[in-house]
Amino acid sequence: MSGGAVAFTRRGVLRGARDAVPLVIGTFPFGLVVGVISDAKGLSLLETLLMSALVFAGSSQLLALELWTDPAPIVAATIAALVVNMRLAPMGAALAPWLDRLRGLRLWGTLATLVDHSYALSAAETRRGGRDAGYLLGVGLALWCFWMLAVAIGHVAGAVVRLPPGHPLYFAAIATFCAILVPVWQGVRRDLAPWLLAAAVSLAAWWAGLAAPWPLLAGALTGAALGAWLETRRR
Amino acid sequence: MTLRLDVLLAILGMALVTYLCRAGGYALFRAFRPPRFVEAMLQHLPGPIFIAYVAPALATQGAKGFLAAVAVVVVQAATRNLAAAIAAGVAAIWGLGMLA
Repeated sequence: MSGGAVAFTRRGVLRGARDAVPLVIGTFPFGLVVGVISDAKGLSLLETLLMSALVFAGSSQLLALELWTDPAPIVAATIAALVVNMRLAPMGAALAPWLDRLRGLRLWGTLATLVDHSYALSAAETRRGGRDAGYLLGVGLALWCFWMLAVAIGHVAGAVVRLPPGHPLYFAAIATFCAILVPVWQGVRRDLAPWLLAAAVSLAAWWAGLAAPWPLLAGALTGAALGAWLETRRR
Repeated sequence: MTLRLDVLLAILGMALVTYLCRAGGYALFRAFRPPRFVEAMLQHLPGPIFIAYVAPALATQGAKGFLAAVAVVVVQAATRNLAAAIAAGVAAIWGLGMLA
């Protein structure tokens, strides 16, 4: 990553928020689904918005809602959130070149908004030599606002907006991550072997029947380990 | 507008562990300087994370998933416009679904 001073400016926040807008095509339908299912599981609008505001991680919310009961499954929902969101832990660590320069609320508040998309855009931004850590907060805050809006609309509209399973719009979420991979790619020598291994391991784990976060974690860690091994061996 | 205690506790439990995931990874690495290999691994993590997320999700869709992913990558590389790339992917999966 680049040297030099890292800043945290309003301009950086606004630029991050602007760059986040296209991602909403992918996250908005997801938010609608979470809202509709929360309604179906008997959560009030207030409870739904509180969960979305504080947890702000769609796949863990969806998984917890899948196993929702009355009274609420406190332990099961907490464990579901922990397992699905474990993938976020290395993302904060990877953004250390930016985060190390922040203190107090700027640091711990920015971390509260960290999601896959804000990490991905920020990782690409550091590659381009970006030094404004406000960018990370800007992406996260913009996605949070649209997330709350989508979940609220989904809850209020209830059954009316329910998209059938397999609707093409659901593909937007996957497409977002495919597109994000393009600026992350740094060439055959560095990335080809680790990326192929990550794909192979995640597919093998998925075919073996492992549930939600495990194929992702196994593929990501083995791919990154191969990349690190190749790099340290070359030196 | 109801807010039940059991639901509130479940939400707070989820929120707490999710924040620990977000902030904990960073806090841990700030407290203990990671070895060089781990630091190199973190720099290599972005690509493999999204590959490992996308590969099983595409496999669920079958061949049309991978074709749509190619469309996304081509449009993103050509235009550098994320919205256009996402739209191309949705259009491709929709079109390929009509063919099948």
